Amino acid sequence: MMDNVFGLYNYWVVIFLMMTGFYIVISQRNLIKKVIGLNIFQTSVFLLYITIGKVEGGTAPIVSEGFNVYTNPLPSVLILTAIVVGVATTSVALALIVRIREAYETIEEDEILAQEKLT
Amino acid sequence: MSSSTLVQLVLLTPLVGAGLILACGKRPNVREMVTLLTGVTLFSLVVSLLPAVMAGERPTFTWFEMFPGLPIAFTLEPLGMLFALVASGLWIVTSIYAIGYMRAHHEEHQTRFYTSFALSIFGAMGIALAGNMLTLFLFYEILTLSTYPLVSHHGTEGAMKGARTYLSVLLSTSVGLLLLAVAWTWVMAGTLDFTEGGILAGKVEGPMVLVLLALYAFGTGKAALMPFHRWLPAAMVAPTPVSALLHAVAVVKAGVFTVMKVVVYIFGLDFLSASGANVWLMYAAGITIILASFVALAQDNLKRRLAYSTVSQLSYIVLGAALANSWGVVGGSMHIAMHAFGKITLFFCAGAIYLATHKTEISDMRGLGRTMPITMFAFLIGALSVIGVPPLGGSWSKWYLALGAVDAGQWVFVTILMVSSLLNIAYLIPIPIRGFFSSGPDSVPRAPIKEAPLFCVIALSLTAIGCIALFFFADGVYQLLLPLAGG
Amino acid sequence: MIKQNLLALQIVIPLIAAPLCILLRRRALVWGFAVLVCWLTFGISVVLLRQVLETGLVSYEMGGWAAPWGIEYRADPLSAFVLLFVSGIGAIVLSSAGLKDTALDEIPVSRQYLFFTLYLLCLTGLLGITITGDLFNVFVFLEISALSSYGLIGLGGRRQALPAAFQYLVMGTIGATFILIGIGLMYMMTGTLNMADMAERLVMADGGRTALVAFGFLTVGIGIKMALFPLHIWLPNAYAYAPSLVTAFLAATATKVSVYILLRFVFSVFGVTFAFETLGLGGVLMFLSLLGIFVASTVAIFQTNIKRMLAYSSVAQIGYMVLGISFASTTGLVAGIVHLFNHALIKGGLFMAMGCVMLRLKSVDIEDMAGIGRKMPFTMAAWAVGGLGLIGIPATAGFISKWYLIRAALEQNWWIVAVMVLISSLLAVIYVWRVIETAFFKEPSARAREAREAPLSMLLPTWVLVGATLFFGVMTSTSAGVAGRAAEVLLRVIP
Repeated sequence: MMDNVFGLYNYWVVIFLMMTGFYIVISQRNLIKKVIGLNIFQTSVFLLYITIGKVEGGTAPIVSEGFNVYTNPLPSVLILTAIVVGVATTSVALALIVRIREAYETIEEDEILAQEKLT
Repeated sequence: MSSSTLVQLVLLTPLVGAGLILACGKRPNVREMVTLLTGVTLFSLVVSLLPAVMAGERPTFTWFEMFPGLPIAFTLEPLGMLFALVASGLWIVTSIYAIGYMRAHHEEHQTRFYTSFALSIFGAMGIALAGNMLTLFLFYEILTLSTYPLVSHHGTEGAMKGARTYLSVLLSTSVGLLLLAVAWTWVMAGTLDFTEGGILAGKVEGPMVLVLLALYAFGTGKAALMPFHRWLPAAMVAPTPVSALLHAVAVVKAGVFTVMKVVVYIFGLDFLSASGANVWLMYAAGITIILASFVALAQDNLKRRLAYSTVSQLSYIVLGAALANSWGVVGGSMHIAMHAFGKITLFFCAGAIYLATHKTEISDMRGLGRTMPITMFAFLIGALSVIGVPPLGGSWSKWYLALGAVDAGQWVFVTILMVSSLLNIAYLIPIPIRGFFSSGPDSVPRAPIKEAPLFCVIALSLTAIGCIALFFFADGVYQLLLPLAGG
Repeated sequence: MIKQNLLALQIVIPLIAAPLCILLRRRALVWGFAVLVCWLTFGISVVLLRQVLETGLVSYEMGGWAAPWGIEYRADPLSAFVLLFVSGIGAIVLSSAGLKDTALDEIPVSRQYLFFTLYLLCLTGLLGITITGDLFNVFVFLEISALSSYGLIGLGGRRQALPAAFQYLVMGTIGATFILIGIGLMYMMTGTLNMADMAERLVMADGGRTALVAFGFLTVGIGIKMALFPLHIWLPNAYAYAPSLVTAFLAATATKVSVYILLRFVFSVFGVTFAFETLGLGGVLMFLSLLGIFVASTVAIFQTNIKRMLAYSSVAQIGYMVLGISFASTTGLVAGIVHLFNHALIKGGLFMAMGCVMLRLKSVDIEDMAGIGRKMPFTMAAWAVGGLGLIGIPATAGFISKWYLIRAALEQNWWIVAVMVLISSLLAVIYVWRVIETAFFKEPSARAREAREAPLSMLLPTWVLVGATLFFGVMTSTSAGVAGRAAEVLLRVIP
């Protein structure tokens, strides 16, 4: 039982972050906050991958004398790509928000919807 | 030229014709000439195939495989021959009539009209020649769609509403029920070819036969079996030539033709009568015959009355199919031709009356016989043929139908046929009687003779003569149809 | 040399061409270049399909690293088929954007070169998803296509395009992240990212709960991406407000590729037994797809913006594809896969026609479209044929899909489903006919009176697509034939 709580604490953190991010995306009406929520959500997955790659007792995956247990490097490499994707997503989102603000003079979702109803 | 090449030409002629008509849209005279020429070419092609079919040949050809083992294929057999003859022959007459009607009436969009008309004939020919159920279904839908612009021709609110009813009933029955029946048949039998003796024997059993037959019969919305008949009166918003050829001949006959084909070549007469499912269809047809006749009695608009009369008469043919014996099938199939000539005459007359006097209601038509004697006389002949009085064509088909009912031991339906004839008299005969013997509105002095345009009068006289001729040449039709009854 | 590297070239050519578009800038120049690249890509996919049909499988090891360590590109009948129509429609749609006076005018001149860049990137992404045999690669290409499509949608002329793109971005990112989680969990179980390798190891690994969770994340993520009802809410606005060319391209390809991912994961990686027998995926998919078909079709009937109406119709049509898949039988899969193709042609043609309408009317509102059948006969005739395809009238491609779908239902004695499919096509009759009636038989609206026929450069691609729906409505040996091969491979009837 304790093993599940403390031994797997990485996973608990991942789940907590994931839910937090997801909640922010859904509940917040401010577009910037939504993007931040999205970022937190994605970050949790990055952590998940890195946790998966960790091999107990392993060192950094650099071949050298005296070490024969290495952490799996692949997830870290993968997540580098995913981080790039995340940054790209954020920048596209921010660019869109800038345009939205130019067009609607607001970045609150409610107010945008209200303006759409009027027109 | 080999027969199967001829069959291909029969199919292609109206299609090419439609293209030419569209291309000649700017010059009405050329356009109408093309229409007539296409009609004559088509009819002579069909006639040239007649001796071969009479001699027992079944010209066949395949276009391509649409699905593995399921091609778009054509086979010309007696029933299709009859339908093709009727539709292509009457197309010429209707074209003559349409030229007179459309010009006298200064209709707009005439190119669209003639093009769609030729396309509808293409659909009808495809149905007549179809070698399997999938091909038939394909052309059935082509016919539905190509007639839609004709029904909505006027573009008024009323026309749009009628056309919407038309399309929705026909499409929902065909897509909702007929397609299901076709797919089911394919899954069960592994083939959809029209085969003598049917393809379902031993493949479907018990109540499923009934369900499948119901899907086919009601799914063929063009057969106008109640309660799926509403499209037919709705289609009366179309110009009269359309009502005449399509909604008295090509479209509705395509419907009953499909039912007949399904009964003869998909179910097989023996299998169907042994299953007992056909009794149900007989009652459905019987009810439609009687009910539609009563509704017709109540109509004052001439075209609507004729439309309901058509609904009723179509069920004669369905009844013939449902009897599932030789007499029934021959009588029903023969009625396709006989009713076609009778009803098209009636519609031509209705259109001629409208053109000459702008009258659509029966109550206004008193004394018309004096101003339009030829039209009214033709109407009388058409009416008598539909009723089934000798020496007119309609008497033969009713005779065979009655024989079929007796043969099947269904005396109820002999009675229904007789009652229906009485009802026919009640709703058709008063029109010419009043036309000839009742005096017109008192204030108006006796008008001089004023018939519809010449083209219209020629057309309606031709079909009226056809009604009489068919009485004397019924034997030819009988010989043609004999193989359907199994030899 | 070229022949061996076809699989790589399929992706590399558009990928390298995309940034070059920024350098070219001038409209005619950049268009000519992009179109050339698209047709080249299409040519490659044609050759690929022929190779695959001969040999069954074409494989390529990226950088010479052997699978399962390196990234493998592989084309089997399914992926080659999807590659073919994605690149084909991409090429046809882009061809229409060329000269002056086309649907490209919806995009401000200063941003037009970006359109070409993003378009090629999006194409690269979609092709990449289809061609790769590596799970993580799927995610990367998914994001390439998604990010570029957010940009493409944001290019729309009306300001509503911006919130639509943003909403799509949020939903799409959540979907992609879900897929990423799923892939991570599967890697955890098997230690491989190569699909074929993973499929073998999954059988042995007996992942239990982890497999279940991974499957759940993947299905929901893909569900969002392919707009499976009720995860479709991003789609109608995105399609309605995107530039017409973008809508035509995305509607015809993007959701289809997502359906492809579903097929890949469910059949090639997890296997039919796990997904359908252990988890009962079939029931869920069938329920959702039928619900989606009915709800979306009904909503479509009440739309006044016709692009939006077609977007809802797309949601419904996705339902048909998923319904076919849910049977997990050969005929069902053929129905689903062939509908991928057929619907891509139909919707591509319809949205291209809407592009013509937008160009001339500056509106896609049904009221403004009254009577334009007389002014733009060729455009609206194309629309009408496409509409008939949506309904599933015989001799159009839509009928072929419907025929297989009904057969699949009847073969398994799913009566109700067959009947519901047929009833739902009547809903399509209503929304299609509303437009046909308005366009052809109503008195022209003020805007329609001043309209004239769209230019040939737009009509030609439209009619190529519409003509294809007619062609593949009668000649099915290519479409349904290849779909049949693909279905057999997926179900492992043949190895």
